[in-house]
Amino acid sequence: MSALLSINNVSGGYYKEDVIKGVSLDVKEGDFLVIIGPNGSGKTTLLRLATRVIPLRKGEILYKDKNISAMDLKEFCRRTAFVSQDISIGFSFTVMELVLMGRIPHLKRLQFEGKRDMEIAREKLFLTDTLSLKDKRIDELSAGERQRVIIARALAQEPELLFLDEPTSHLDIGHQVQTLDLLKKLNRKNGLTIVMILHDLNLASAYSNRIALLDKGAIFKEGKPEEVLTYQNIEAVYKTIVLVNNNSITGKPNVVLVPGEK
Amino acid sequence: MYFKKRFVILFFLLGLAIIFGLVKGAVNIPLGNLLLKDNQVIFNLRLLRIAAAILVGSGLAVSGIALQAILRNPLAEPYLLGTSSGAGLAAVTAAILGLSRLYMPLAAFLGAMLSIILVYSLAKERGLIADKSLILSGVIVSVAFSSIIVFLVSLFGNEAMHEMNWWLWGSLQVYDYKLLFLVALPVVLGICGIYLFAQDLNAISMGEEEAIHLGINTQAIKKILILITAIITASLICICGIIGFVGLIVPHMMRLVVGPNHKLLIPVTCLAASIFVVLCDLLSRTLFAPVEIPIGVITAIIGAPVFIILLKKGKRI
Repeated sequence: MSALLSINNVSGGYYKEDVIKGVSLDVKEGDFLVIIGPNGSGKTTLLRLATRVIPLRKGEILYKDKNISAMDLKEFCRRTAFVSQDISIGFSFTVMELVLMGRIPHLKRLQFEGKRDMEIAREKLFLTDTLSLKDKRIDELSAGERQRVIIARALAQEPELLFLDEPTSHLDIGHQVQTLDLLKKLNRKNGLTIVMILHDLNLASAYSNRIALLDKGAIFKEGKPEEVLTYQNIEAVYKTIVLVNNNSITGKPNVVLVPGEK
Repeated sequence: MYFKKRFVILFFLLGLAIIFGLVKGAVNIPLGNLLLKDNQVIFNLRLLRIAAAILVGSGLAVSGIALQAILRNPLAEPYLLGTSSGAGLAAVTAAILGLSRLYMPLAAFLGAMLSIILVYSLAKERGLIADKSLILSGVIVSVAFSSIIVFLVSLFGNEAMHEMNWWLWGSLQVYDYKLLFLVALPVVLGICGIYLFAQDLNAISMGEEEAIHLGINTQAIKKILILITAIITASLICICGIIGFVGLIVPHMMRLVVGPNHKLLIPVTCLAASIFVVLCDLLSRTLFAPVEIPIGVITAIIGAPVFIILLKKGKRI
């Protein structure tokens, strides 16, 4: 099967030096791809390049064989959506107002949301179990609720591909699992392709079908969880000693920290 | 329904404010006598002032809303990007050069536009505009121009001084109704233009990256909106000088009342700001009649405490 998103030898960054240096990565339809790597390895920058927030300096990114830089931005945002770590919302919109913003790529300049847009927004709120919050202000919500609402907004864009940048970093383990279960369900049942940055290696292992390990702006290793999450790879990239055994429930690799001595 | 009620209330209040504005003044005219032939001159003058007040209130407040959203800065207001000092400098220079009053509005408009072009080009970096550098260069240009104004005033004295006061504190005295109509056109079109971007403003107010992820070309929209707000502000400065606080506090107050959704916020703020300016103008005319206090003084005297109360209440601004 040909790739949904094809990142070909891409470089880019903010200042003189490139943060991402010649990365190639294919995302196939139906993938649940998790990007891992140490702080500063370029994970977020890679997603920013792939979502057109910053321009490429080298290489190209194709979406269904179309160069994304040449695509209409709204068209691109009807096909892909992005969930950021935690958006600081300066103004206190209501949940419904926020989710309706997900319809922006589908609307023309002079067009305001119609009945269908409202229906889609409700449907996505229902899907993320946040419909009861629809009239609340976004700053009244807990971190877990807010993250689900933001996912609902991304879903309202009706994307085929969803990018997420550490969607669970502000959540307790209960809400982490809840959020990732929701994404897994969307991936399996609704055929939503997912590309996500995660810090937690065990969550990455449990939920992904593929993992890309990033180091110093390049792909160190990419493949199935059991291929990537070996103690050799982790020690080489994270410079820390770990033990990798098998999670007896999921059958996936389980990374155990080994506290160092003084 | 809920929202409709608010609009009805605001329209009602605006109606009241207009009636007060017509009746009260240096000379009070009973409501019933307003349309008498004897009072026609006063009636027309006051009507023009009220029209100017509504125009100024809506224009400044909506420009303030747009700039607060695109710069994501609660202190953004229409004069932030240097328009006021640019207009003031041009007007003072024109006064010193002995140009007729007729040319003052034109000079002020050009001064305002030139200063915003200057601010914009200072802030531009590799074709992109960063919010911080835009605000910084706005402040720098304002300070520089203001000091030049003071320099000119100290050299040339009286005539420049008089002009400066008028521009810096504003007045709704309309000298020429044709000018008012001329200014109304870009201001009304500008407000409508900004309203077309209501949903984009919602998205941008949450962050530039968030907006890009929703398919919004933020750089282009910022440029368009800065241009629209500059034209509105420069046009308004022509007829009324600088009236502070309107573009700052009215949007914030209305955000507390109706929330941040620009589709609702913009029309509601238009109405509220119109009421506010009509009433402030009324005060400026009647408090120490027949002496007229500059309206900018009134808006500041009312605006500053209201703003402090809002801040102290710990509400989000």
